[in-house]
Amino acid sequence: MRFDLAKTLLWASVIVILLFLFVPVAIIMVYAFSASNIQGWPIQSFSLQWFARTFADDEVRAALFLSVEVAVVATALAMLMGLLAALAVYRLRGPGSEAIAFAVVLPIALPGILTGMALNSYFVLWGINLSFWTIVIGHGTFCTVIVYNNVIARLRRLPPSWAEASGDLGAGPWRTFRLITLPMLGSALGAGALLAFALSFDEVIVTTFTAGAQTTLPLWIFGAIRLGQHLPEVNVVVCVVILLTILPVLLAQRLMGRAALLHK
Amino acid sequence: MRQSSEPAPLIRLSGVRKVFGGTAAIENLDLAIHAGEFFTFLGPSGSGKTTTLRIIAGFELPDAGTVALDGQDLSRLPPHKRDVNTVFQDYALFPHLTLLENVAYGLRAKKIPAKDAILRAEAALASVRLADFGARRPGQLSGGQRQRVALARAIVNRPRVLLLDEPLGALDLKLRHQMQVELKALQQQTGITFIYVTHDQDEALTMSDRIAVFNHGRVEQIASPWMLYEQPQTAFVAGFVGITNIIARDGTACALRPEKIRLLSPDAPAAGWETMPATIAAVSYLGMSTRFLLDCADGSRLTAVEQNMAHGAEAPRLAQGSPVLAAWSAEAPWPLAA
Repeated sequence: MRFDLAKTLLWASVIVILLFLFVPVAIIMVYAFSASNIQGWPIQSFSLQWFARTFADDEVRAALFLSVEVAVVATALAMLMGLLAALAVYRLRGPGSEAIAFAVVLPIALPGILTGMALNSYFVLWGINLSFWTIVIGHGTFCTVIVYNNVIARLRRLPPSWAEASGDLGAGPWRTFRLITLPMLGSALGAGALLAFALSFDEVIVTTFTAGAQTTLPLWIFGAIRLGQHLPEVNVVVCVVILLTILPVLLAQRLMGRAALLHK
Repeated sequence: MRQSSEPAPLIRLSGVRKVFGGTAAIENLDLAIHAGEFFTFLGPSGSGKTTTLRIIAGFELPDAGTVALDGQDLSRLPPHKRDVNTVFQDYALFPHLTLLENVAYGLRAKKIPAKDAILRAEAALASVRLADFGARRPGQLSGGQRQRVALARAIVNRPRVLLLDEPLGALDLKLRHQMQVELKALQQQTGITFIYVTHDQDEALTMSDRIAVFNHGRVEQIASPWMLYEQPQTAFVAGFVGITNIIARDGTACALRPEKIRLLSPDAPAAGWETMPATIAAVSYLGMSTRFLLDCADGSRLTAVEQNMAHGAEAPRLAQGSPVLAAWSAEAPWPLAA
């Protein structure tokens, strides 16, 4: 076989990039299984003791539950708003419709620090105490966009003849939506929700500005690292966060992939 | 009872106009379609035939004019309140529903009890020879099978009018010919009025009772297949339906069909015929017939077609370069509207 320089270089660069992206993550995950409470290389002995200790830690448990609750509620809110926004923008015609379509996706392009600050001063202005619900609202901004993006992409790929056929066969608009459009959007909505959940679950910046006394899991990690405390527990928590965010993302990809096959 | 020579039409379009982005897709369209007719909209793409069908279905609202079904104005009714059904070009079967659910969809939307709907849907599937396929989904079917499901899904509702938007366009030629026969038979059995959109003139001629030829958003002629072919009113109709020669006679343009031209030897007696000396410029052997391109003495060109009636052992009579006398009866050229 002939030596192909271009191909070899491409493969080499891919491997280097993957290492660059994943070695730090891998190191943290390995540290989580270290028996020592000091992070040092090489690792002397392995154990699961930090997993046990971390799960026994009330602070960590409370943060984990809060994060899951926030992500679930923010995702539910985002599914509703993202779906409605997508349906509305899909039907919008005429002047200004493109500007509106752009405005809907703008929050994802805005730096989190802007969104966070803006929400914070808004809440302060109206005398709203920072709480669980202010975090949910903060996460709702970008989660809605994620759901919206998934749903509108699907809507634009659906042949218009399906909804027309439903109407032609005597189904009114609501029946058509319930029996045809919504099932067709189902996997896109689900995939958007999973991505939104993953994003909400590890969000730090907006949360910093919208959380009061509450500590979500990422905020707990942030605090622990800053203070240099509980570092072994941080490693364990990071492992859990990685799992809880990667799983929904993988699921979302499978959902979209299957749907693409279905609609070919 | 009022007696009239002409029964009231089932569908009447009056002065219908539809504009898309500044250009008129159809312009001042009048059309009357009678109950039980197999009526075809024939025309090139962009001629307005599909837009007209979509206006009857209710997917588009006309910018002017009215659509009446049985004397009742439908123009402003949404599709689900019209007693018409459509067979879509892409079939538009619902991919997440089984075939039985697809076919029963319209019945259920009309609040027919599930039991009856299922029985009727099963019967409709059986009538298109897909009785055992009820539990499958559209993704598991061939193109021809999907086409039949789309037909069953529309017919099962027993609509007053069935609209078919190039339903055979995606099928291969052999299947298309077979389906043409089946569609015509189905129309005659059910007695449902069919409005059929196609750009394929063979399809239109094969199936239709009457054909409306569309061009640039207008109807050029409405006639039976025979009339359309033999007595085209415009050069467009003459050229779109079959192939034709346009010859000038006494200052009027006339359509002269290639098969009406006979190719005689140059010195043959041809009393009572109109004649034109010519040489053969090209020969296309088509199996059933042979097509000749003629260079005429007056500088014009004619296309002539002859049936290959000679038996197999006989050598072809005419070749490229042969001098001939093109002849046709004086009645053959059909005068076209200016």
